[in-house]
Amino acid sequence: MSTPVAHPVEIRDLHKSFGTTKALDGLDLTVRAGEVAGFLGPNGSGKSTAIRVLLGLLRPTSGHVRVLGGDPWADAVALHRRLTYVPGDVSLWSNLTGGEAIDLMARLRGGLDLARKAELLERFELDPTKKARTYSKGNRQKVALVAAFASDVELLVLDEPTSGLDPLMEAVFTEYLREVKAQGRSVLLSSHIMSEVEKVCDTVTIIRQGRAVESGTLDDLRHLTRSEVTAVVEGDLAAVAALPGVHDLVTTPDAAGTRVAFSVDNDKMGPVLTAMGSLGVHAFTATPPSLEELFLRHYGDELAAAGVPEGETAR
Amino acid sequence: MSTTAPAPSTPAPAPARTSPAARRGSTLTGTWLLLRFMARRDRVRLSVWALSVVALWLYVVTAFSAVYSTAADRQARAALMSTPTSIMVTGPGYGLDDYTLGAMTANEMTLWVIVALAVMSIMQVVRHTRAEEESSRSELIRAAVVGRHAPAVAAMLLVLAANVVIAALTVAVFAAGGLAVLDSVVLAAGVGLTAMVFAAVAVVTSQVTAHRRGASGMAIGVLGLAAVVRGAGDIQHLHGSALSWFSPIAWAQQTRAFVEVRAWPLLLSVVLTVLLLVVAAFLASHRDFGAGMIADRRGRADARPTLRSPFAVAWRQQRTAIMWWALGTGLMWLASGTYLRDIGTMIEDMAEGNPAVAAIFGGADGAQTIVNSFVYIMLLFTALIAVGYGISSLLRARTEETQGRTEWVLATPVSRRRWLGAQVAVAGIGAIVLVAVGTLGMAIGAYSVGVTDPGLATYAVAAAVYLPAVGLVLALATAIYAWAPRLTSLPWAFLVIAFVVGLFGEAFQLPDWIKGISPLWWVPQMPLEAFTWPPVLALTAITAALFTAAFTAFHRRDVPTV
Repeated sequence: MSTPVAHPVEIRDLHKSFGTTKALDGLDLTVRAGEVAGFLGPNGSGKSTAIRVLLGLLRPTSGHVRVLGGDPWADAVALHRRLTYVPGDVSLWSNLTGGEAIDLMARLRGGLDLARKAELLERFELDPTKKARTYSKGNRQKVALVAAFASDVELLVLDEPTSGLDPLMEAVFTEYLREVKAQGRSVLLSSHIMSEVEKVCDTVTIIRQGRAVESGTLDDLRHLTRSEVTAVVEGDLAAVAALPGVHDLVTTPDAAGTRVAFSVDNDKMGPVLTAMGSLGVHAFTATPPSLEELFLRHYGDELAAAGVPEGETAR
Repeated sequence: MSTTAPAPSTPAPAPARTSPAARRGSTLTGTWLLLRFMARRDRVRLSVWALSVVALWLYVVTAFSAVYSTAADRQARAALMSTPTSIMVTGPGYGLDDYTLGAMTANEMTLWVIVALAVMSIMQVVRHTRAEEESSRSELIRAAVVGRHAPAVAAMLLVLAANVVIAALTVAVFAAGGLAVLDSVVLAAGVGLTAMVFAAVAVVTSQVTAHRRGASGMAIGVLGLAAVVRGAGDIQHLHGSALSWFSPIAWAQQTRAFVEVRAWPLLLSVVLTVLLLVVAAFLASHRDFGAGMIADRRGRADARPTLRSPFAVAWRQQRTAIMWWALGTGLMWLASGTYLRDIGTMIEDMAEGNPAVAAIFGGADGAQTIVNSFVYIMLLFTALIAVGYGISSLLRARTEETQGRTEWVLATPVSRRRWLGAQVAVAGIGAIVLVAVGTLGMAIGAYSVGVTDPGLATYAVAAAVYLPAVGLVLALATAIYAWAPRLTSLPWAFLVIAFVVGLFGEAFQLPDWIKGISPLWWVPQMPLEAFTWPPVLALTAITAALFTAAFTAFHRRDVPTV
């Protein structure tokens, strides 16, 4: 392996147009060494385009792109020795078996650890003797995942790798991803499955219409938003309701006092807790926003335009 | 889907369209809807086919009446058409003694229009049946209210409609050219019905194999066999022998249009089409969705040590196709080679009895000239087959790209140059193998019956001179793929041009600048002509330049470009 780079993936102000269509419109994205970076966005937001630029498959219209310290377009072959890629929709050679495809991909990259392959096949419950055309979508995805996890590389580029996998296999995937992270390797994981990203990612970049709209650690992102608070208290809530940063306060009578639910800006949580402390609290929960809520906040206007009421989107 | 019968107390009788049987559905439910959908998808494709065929007929009728305007011209043409070489590439020779415009058109063009429409019909059927099933698109369709046989029946109806329209336009062209209407109708119907036979063959092959390429390849193989059987049968005897009648292509030609027209041979086509469809329906009812009659075997869990390069993958994908094409070409050309002795003696006999014939064929050396021209035509055919195979093989690169495998491979340490080089190499090897096997088969056939002139060296050189031209078309296809991947149907136009120029360049008296578009036209016509270096060197240079342009362009473009 070559000397490690601080930022295996570094994209600044990346533009990519196809004719008159702007697929990427000033994207910024960074993956730091040893971290699992989530790359979130709905279909058509430019995730796959960005990944193909990173792989030197598409030539950027303009912008700065470095992968493992090199130029992905000019140094494609050299860089590809140090990374592996799982496409979002894996297509296999119809007359090769899954096992043959895995071996082929490993050999193209330079070698194969047979014990590792056997272990991965068993964990992912993949029959390597079947011809590729008989595989389901999930099984084709497993072929690419086995090939990727069997390789010893610095950077894994995964484009919606779990699409088509059942929950059991998703768990196996998550486990291997944690192993990769523990080994200090870096991962760019594009996804639209929030729970998956929440489970394994250190940082998240949310992309919309070819541009990053939010980026940082999950905690960073949560600080920018609100937590949901529910509590049962004895005292009068008027003081709490009047605090800055408290929104949508609703009270209902309860056997033990008053049940209250409201949302609060995360940076205003301190005064709220102080005020609540004097009210005789019987029960208290504060839930940080899920990634899904963060995500929907950015896409809320599109959903509204599509006629989905906001109350339902927050589910 | 409700299977509830109407309540017995319902006073009014249910209208036919909601009868229980209709609601339960049959294996044909949805045919009409599918037909409309297919027609919508293919409106451009089918229009191009129909217009091309009609334009060809129009050109033939116009060119023949202009070029061969007097009876003497036509009789000279008839004498030329009575050689075995000509018979192999035309028809059974009805009307040669009074070679009218109609007789000429029917005798010389029927075979090729049948081949074109049969290829169209095969492609259409496979495209809408097996290809859909393989891509699992039709899983969506079949999960809807659509019967088991509906896609195949709709595809057949679509092809039938296309052939009917083409036949009607053909009759109009003939009638406008002053040809007898009844004969025109019989000939056009014969061509269309023969195309339908091969459409039905494609329905059967689509049941037998689970793969689009396998299904169309098998059906086209049957078409090739039918063409060879017809040729071999007709060479043996003027107006055809018993062997000819084993070929559906002969049936249309045996209607003797514009000579002594008879329609009954067309019944054979109808009967065979129906029989093939019955066989297909039986096969279709006894297989699972997505499967063929030949089941997929399990394979290796680990790849062989040799499967380690883009070339190995491409070769692995195509080796079966190359093997079958080589086997078919080798056997057909071997059989053709064994005819060379009969051709020689036939012409000698004719020349002895008739000084006029001897004069036309170049006196005492006439027999040798005819043998040489037969060899030339057959080698031209191997080159055309190699071009066709080469284009189809190379364009698999496009399929690899659009289906996403190219991007997966290029994300490994494989350079674009290496990947594209592998695709070109496999296509090139396939093309070279076909030229070599065809030539070798021909030579072995000729030697086995004692015809040793042309000698082996001549065969070898005559075949080798085609390679730069074949390479040029391949380079052109590669360049188009690299520069303008969305235009990858364009290389096929060069096959059509090479074919038309090679076979009809003389008959149509095409100007040289048109003939020159075909790279094969520049090749010395060995063994008729002597070998010369300049065209070979020029073709090689252009090929090299095109390949350079192709690799440069591919190095620069986005992958995938969809």
